[in-house]
Amino acid sequence: MSGIPRRRLFGYAGAGVALAGAGAAVGALAAAPPAVRPAASLADAVPFDGEHQAGIVTPAQDRMHFVALDVKTTKRDELVGLLKDWTVAARRMTEGREAAELGAVGGRPEAPPKDTGEALGLAASALTLTIGFGPSLFDDRFGLKDLRPAGLIDLPRFPRDDLDERRSGGDLCVQACANDPQVAVHAIRNLVRIGFGRVAVRWSQLGFGRTSSTTRDQATPRNLFGFKDGTNNIKAEDADALRDHVWVTADDGPRWLVGGTYLVARRIRMHVEIWDRTSLAEQEDLVGRTKGSGAPLGQVDEFDPVDLHVRGAGGAPRIAADAHVRLASAESLGGARILRRGYNFTDGTDGLGHLDAGLFFIAFNRDTARQFVPMQQALSTKDRMMEYLEHTGSGHFAVPPGVREGGYWGDTLFA
Amino acid sequence: MSTATRSLGLGSLLLLLAACGGGGGTPSADGPIAVEATDDACKVAKNTAGTGNVTFEVTNKGTKVTEFYLYAEGDRILGEVENIGPGLTRRLIVEVTEAGKLQTACKPGMKGDGIRADFTVTGDAKKATDSDAKLAEATKSYQRYVNSQADSLLTKTTEFVDAVKAGKVEDAKALFPVSRTYWERIEPVAESFGDLDPRIDGREDVIEEGLEFTGYHRLEKDLWETGLQPDSAAIADRLLTDVKEIVEKAKAVELTPLQLANGAKELLDEVATGKITGEEDRYSHTDLWDFRANVDGSQAAIAALRPVIAEKDAALAATVDEKFKALDALLETHRKGDGFKLYTELSEAEVKALAEAVDALGEPISKVAEVVAR
Repeated sequence: MSGIPRRRLFGYAGAGVALAGAGAAVGALAAAPPAVRPAASLADAVPFDGEHQAGIVTPAQDRMHFVALDVKTTKRDELVGLLKDWTVAARRMTEGREAAELGAVGGRPEAPPKDTGEALGLAASALTLTIGFGPSLFDDRFGLKDLRPAGLIDLPRFPRDDLDERRSGGDLCVQACANDPQVAVHAIRNLVRIGFGRVAVRWSQLGFGRTSSTTRDQATPRNLFGFKDGTNNIKAEDADALRDHVWVTADDGPRWLVGGTYLVARRIRMHVEIWDRTSLAEQEDLVGRTKGSGAPLGQVDEFDPVDLHVRGAGGAPRIAADAHVRLASAESLGGARILRRGYNFTDGTDGLGHLDAGLFFIAFNRDTARQFVPMQQALSTKDRMMEYLEHTGSGHFAVPPGVREGGYWGDTLFA
Repeated sequence: MSTATRSLGLGSLLLLLAACGGGGGTPSADGPIAVEATDDACKVAKNTAGTGNVTFEVTNKGTKVTEFYLYAEGDRILGEVENIGPGLTRRLIVEVTEAGKLQTACKPGMKGDGIRADFTVTGDAKKATDSDAKLAEATKSYQRYVNSQADSLLTKTTEFVDAVKAGKVEDAKALFPVSRTYWERIEPVAESFGDLDPRIDGREDVIEEGLEFTGYHRLEKDLWETGLQPDSAAIADRLLTDVKEIVEKAKAVELTPLQLANGAKELLDEVATGKITGEEDRYSHTDLWDFRANVDGSQAAIAALRPVIAEKDAALAATVDEKFKALDALLETHRKGDGFKLYTELSEAEVKALAEAVDALGEPISKVAEVVAR
């Protein structure tokens, strides 16, 4: 029993937030599925248990560390054991506690510490940990072959893909999001450590400055092209849209995935240097929105509905046939929408004097083949913005439903 | 390369000329003009407005889907909003730069001439002058360049295709980068012709599903990688047919000064993302030929515009000249025989130096369009 919170709530460094009711959420587990909670403070804890996993409709945090892993053990019970161990650590860390009892400094001096320690003294920072299972997990190794969801497709090769095998795929993924980058990295690092011998990291990605807002009270952030990104995103308050576009239902199946969803990850390199040499008018044409307010072309305010039927001089569409917002719009895609939760990244340089920067795109949807795939087909074949983009990594994962009290990550699959 | 069907974006250029820095615009102080459309009427609340952004809010109170238009003289469309279903209200913002007599129109059922009414715009006439003789000369002189390159493209591609069909692999290999040189020099022009570009210059990894891998790069793969295939001759024939078509179109295309400026920038973008990485000619590694040709094409477009640039921004003209010279000098160090070193013969440091020179040139080149539009 370690009732002592590892971290004292010092507040969120640099953000200057008043910590209302500091510590109130620590250790308080919501038994009922949490509604979308307004972020009382960036330092708060987000409940781990619930009907759905946290980190999907949770107000998007500022930082992300995403990891994809391959399962190395061949024993089913070892894999289940790992998921149980992970769940214990994940619950603790999202509460703002150390990954294990005794933690970084409470153990014996002769032993390596149980927690890596870099989050000592840091707040929970709205840490969420979200697990997903990749297509490759559903083979003969663990008897899961017949449980592979029909919806967990191998993504098709999209035109102009430039995928690096070393940044793609994986048996498992964990998405860590937090308002403090150190908290997110600490969580992934400790989960990876717990997994040594049973899983191995395949690839990982750091992200900053969420590019999508997932709740109505979050201002729409900007991507590295300088444009507001995610204006039309499904919001956590849109219960109907979540039901229709995000959560897997009993009718969809399989049973173990009901209340879950599918996660699509794409590492999209942005050629920011040549984008920055592009005129403002051209940038706005490519996107289909104004750069300042984010209003759709032909409209006034950011949240004015996109009107694809407005034409300007000579009858040319204000939102061009190959503009990003037109191709990605539900109207052009037979009503298909997705919940986006992407992050910006810069991973150093490419060796040619350019930033290796871009968008780590994460989308949650109920049926990837009918939502993400047609959208990406349209974009990769027609979107003029593709001139400035390169998809370098890709992953597709089935995200199990939330964990009930006493349960563990993926227990509906392994039960 | 052709990771793209980059059109020259005429629409965007017109916008640019209209110098509206923000597409959406702000409604005029008077607020929007209500339009009540029914199946047999089109009630426009006001029939006058000042120059600037004029906003209409069109409500369809009829039973048929309708459209709303704002016309200038001779039924020139200034703006329209289509597909307004019964009960819907839709917005149309039109930037009207000149005073004059216009017409509004509702089109119940989305057909016919519509229900018309006069609409008067008062205020200053602000016309973009297009009479600049220097600009006219610039486009003419670039057109001459395009024509001469297009002729050579046809000649050299014919030789290349003949060599492929005769099974003369070594001759074909020698002609491959040479014929592509003329292609790469005028690529932005060629790219404006939709799906001809991917057919001629598509790379295997960028071909859409259901489309065949054809053109230069398919033959490149045959020549360098797999050996000539049973259908190589047919692919070669098709390449020549496509090239003939594009040559014809390229000669007929009418370019604006802005398109020249943007073309110069786009050619360097091509270099920065395709040629510099060795992605373009992945089987033959003749990327430096394409690199040189893209730079040539960029240079030709800038040369045509140079009198205008020199007049409006002498410092920029000097900078562009200097950066072109630096890149030329660097490229010259990689000459070998009649052509260039293979991409695979370049060291990492050499590739990086080339990339840096392209970036150094790309920045000032990106400023040319605005100078031309002044």
